Amino acid sequence: MTLHLPILQVIVPLIAAPLCMFLKQYPKAVWLFSLLASALTLLISALLLQQVLTSGTIIYELGGWQPPWGIEYRIDQLNAYLLLIISAISTIVLVAAQTSIEKELESYRQSYFYMLYLLSLAGMLGIVATADAFNVFVFLEISSLSAYALIALGKDRRALWASYQYLIMGTVGATFILIGIGLMYQMTGTLNMNDLAQRLPEVAETRTVFVAFAFTVVGICLKLALFPLHLWLPNAYAYAPSIVTAFFAATATKVAIYLLIRFTFSIFGLSFSFTTLPLQTLFLLLGLLGVFIASMTAIYQNNVKHIFAYSSVAQVGYMIVGLSVGSALGLTATLIHLFNHALMKSALFLALAAVMYRIGSVQLNQFHGLGRQMPLTMAAIVVGGLSLVGVPLTVGFVSKWYLVLAVIENGWWHVALLILLGSLLAIIYLWKIVEAAYFKPPVHEAGTIKEAPYSILIPVWVLIFANLYFGIDTRLSVEVAQSAAQSLFGVAP
Amino acid sequence: MWMLEIPPFVPFFIGAVLAAVTRGPLRGAIMVLIPVLSAIHLWMVPEGIHLQFNFLGYELTPYRLDKLSVMFGYVFHIAAFLAIIYALHVKDTVQQVAAMMYAGSGLGAVFSGDLLTLFVFWELLAFTSVFLIWARRTERAYKAGMRYLIVQVLSGVILLVGTLFYQAEHGTLAFEFIGLNGIAGWLIFIAFGIKCAFPVAHNWLTDAYPEATVTGTVFLSAFTTKVAVYTLARGYPGTELLVYIGAAMACFPIFFAVIENDLRRVLAYSLINQVGFMVVGVGIGTALAINGAVSHAFNDVIFKGLLFMSMGAVLKMTGRINGSDLGGLYKTMPKTTVLCIVGAASISAFPLFSGFVSKSMVMTAALENGFDWIWLMLLFASAGVFHHAGIKIPYFAFFAHDSGLRASDPPTNMIIAMSIAAALCVGIGVYPAALYSLLPYDTGYNPYDATHILAQTQLLFFSALAFVWLNLKNLYPPELPSTNLDVDWTYRRLMPAIIKPTIVMISRVYAAAAGFISGGINWGINFLSEKNSKLNGMISSNHPAGSMVLWVVVILAAYLLLTFFK
Repeated sequence: MTLHLPILQVIVPLIAAPLCMFLKQYPKAVWLFSLLASALTLLISALLLQQVLTSGTIIYELGGWQPPWGIEYRIDQLNAYLLLIISAISTIVLVAAQTSIEKELESYRQSYFYMLYLLSLAGMLGIVATADAFNVFVFLEISSLSAYALIALGKDRRALWASYQYLIMGTVGATFILIGIGLMYQMTGTLNMNDLAQRLPEVAETRTVFVAFAFTVVGICLKLALFPLHLWLPNAYAYAPSIVTAFFAATATKVAIYLLIRFTFSIFGLSFSFTTLPLQTLFLLLGLLGVFIASMTAIYQNNVKHIFAYSSVAQVGYMIVGLSVGSALGLTATLIHLFNHALMKSALFLALAAVMYRIGSVQLNQFHGLGRQMPLTMAAIVVGGLSLVGVPLTVGFVSKWYLVLAVIENGWWHVALLILLGSLLAIIYLWKIVEAAYFKPPVHEAGTIKEAPYSILIPVWVLIFANLYFGIDTRLSVEVAQSAAQSLFGVAP
Repeated sequence: MWMLEIPPFVPFFIGAVLAAVTRGPLRGAIMVLIPVLSAIHLWMVPEGIHLQFNFLGYELTPYRLDKLSVMFGYVFHIAAFLAIIYALHVKDTVQQVAAMMYAGSGLGAVFSGDLLTLFVFWELLAFTSVFLIWARRTERAYKAGMRYLIVQVLSGVILLVGTLFYQAEHGTLAFEFIGLNGIAGWLIFIAFGIKCAFPVAHNWLTDAYPEATVTGTVFLSAFTTKVAVYTLARGYPGTELLVYIGAAMACFPIFFAVIENDLRRVLAYSLINQVGFMVVGVGIGTALAINGAVSHAFNDVIFKGLLFMSMGAVLKMTGRINGSDLGGLYKTMPKTTVLCIVGAASISAFPLFSGFVSKSMVMTAALENGFDWIWLMLLFASAGVFHHAGIKIPYFAFFAHDSGLRASDPPTNMIIAMSIAAALCVGIGVYPAALYSLLPYDTGYNPYDATHILAQTQLLFFSALAFVWLNLKNLYPPELPSTNLDVDWTYRRLMPAIIKPTIVMISRVYAAAAGFISGGINWGINFLSEKNSKLNGMISSNHPAGSMVLWVVVILAAYLLLTFFK
């Protein structure tokens, strides 16, 4: 059984999705079933991580076909780490899903929701698990297509429009990636990532490879919402059902970052990506611009989901800055932030799901007085927000710490200063929410608003405690990230 | 002992939690007991490192106790104890909780043995104290608090960057002597300097402290700047630059204090002036000078607290605090008057009062180390202090022209707190050996010799004479309901004397420099506020899919161009 864990990781949610159809009439049963499936993937990913940590990279050949004919799955520390993040967040979010979805969706749509959710999960897990470039594209399409449908489920009619825009942009991105993969195939005759990594250096100085690289990177950057290719993201996050936002904000961009790391560091190789091509300058520039412009934009938003969506764009900027450093420490910082940002954003968006459940809106002016009316939910937003800012004892601080260390190691002290100034901007948009919730007279009459139900509150606080716990005990996040980064740099951990 | 390793901030934070859930007399009892128990505990703990653990692979030391830190530990306990008694009547839970957290953060900061722990408490000091300002619940206080918070958080961020650089340069986070070499040294120095209210970076203090609540200001005056003095004494003793900065800090606020109308703001200026003496002491860096700085910090916490308490009492009982609205209160507030005069005598360094035994140490050290000009400046500053804090405060509040106000003495708890503070002022002044035994160095210094007493007494009497003469001749800048921004209008109507334009000019130059910074902050706030709709529209409007795709093309094209034409 343990031999087949890599494929089970992907197959379980993929099979569970259509099986949901049998229970279609009973949304609650579908929810329990998908929760079970997601919990199973979490278990599998935990086992995988443990296995990788003890006995090194796992290679799995699909159907016993050897590469390059068959598809190969390859789980190293980086993959296992990502798989754990995705399946853990998916499971915790799903716990809260039933309560929130029951309120936000018509009953006949609820079963479809879980089905799409599982498909999307399977797609993301597949992207991470596979070691075949074309397989990446297939899973990318699975996760994206279900994502478009999930976003379109949003109650607000603008959800349709947001989903349509995401559809266009996502398709452009996926096409670019496909073009890139096609060009690579043309030059090397293989789709296996490992073989690609070996054969590409021979043809590295050709225009075709340059173009392949450019298309792949731009396509992935679209998916990860790197400034200025982020324009689809805020509306998609804001108008999607709250649970969808919590799930995607924590996982979707992370998967894209993983792809970027895989393509630039493992497949094309560090020296090609960073010295032959001007990737470093571009990433540093766009990353920092993203941090500042997205944070500034977040300050002006009146929809709290928009605020946090723009903040996600800014956080992606930090991760890209970490990549642009081009050192093991910089990559470590990015990987740590990947983990930590998943914790922050899932907690924050789930808390917003709680607000949505009670108030039916996440407009800032509807938050007035909620500090007293929904104290636990609001406290969660404040703690999660502090983590976003990077206050010590939260995970955000650990991320910033490593990022700044990495930047200083390179001697970019002005970048270090800019990173910390960027966190000051985060204080401002967090403050707007705090001010509304605690310092303004309530808009809702006393007694009409109750604290959110426990089915949402408990997952929220589990995530908040994770935010605090991993801010103090950094063994899991930092050590796995460190050894994953070092193995990508070819240094023995 | 089992509780040896409990750092002093822990009981205060527990106290804050208890204060949040209890009400009435029970809360009062808990809050008064906490500093007492914690002080006894601190008294029993020997020197050394008591708590250490690993975080991110660094050795962190949240509890280090030595002679320098314990001195501040004691005075913070005293200050917390006095301020809590003074605030016993307050029913506002926010204020009480914030005050406990704030006092605890101050203690955490002085006992932290590494820069990262220091940074945590540094930021906590900012975040907890700002609620004491907001608790006044006026628009003005809210805005002043906001500006205060921004400056404090900025100082924390600079400290963090400095810490990171320090780690990169030295490979350790231990908080020992830092010195002004390398980027790390300068960044940390600037961070400390902002919290210490260095010239031009001092605006947050005079801006925010007078806007805090009656009891909040008493807490505020004790901790933030003293933590900064402690950190300077730990990280930068003997840095000559500090001597000049300190001298400037001691002198410049005098001009402001003289023309300021809000009496609590006068005290805020004199707070900077007193901190200036401490900074000079740290800058000289000899055993005697450090002793002087530390003991002056110790005394200042008490007598400045006493003065803020007495002015708080006036504000609470009359609802006014402008010198022009007050006067003649001695008739109905006799106790407050006497206690205020004790505080005034202490800050002015009258022999037999606490200020005398510590300030003279700094002055002697300046003279011994060849800083003659600095000594003269400090002499001028001493005269100025006596002028605005020693005479002006009690005179305009309790004497001067009768304002017709007939307020009674404040509630008993306030009187008790002030009386204890006054008793400490006199006690330390009469028997300085008790204070000296706590000091980090043993210098065998004796303040009560003939030269000191004579020089100081002469200074005080001539200064008093000047005040009387100026007042009789109507040359003394009168207390008018004005703010500093209106100074020129106020004075142009009055007799053109030489003194006033000079004062006005100096204060105006200084105000311009300081105003430049606070103006910058205000501009920043406004720039980022909703009013700025043009920027908003530019970056956050909705985009059609076509323009999004355009961006994709631009990025791809740019990337390809960069690739081919590099």
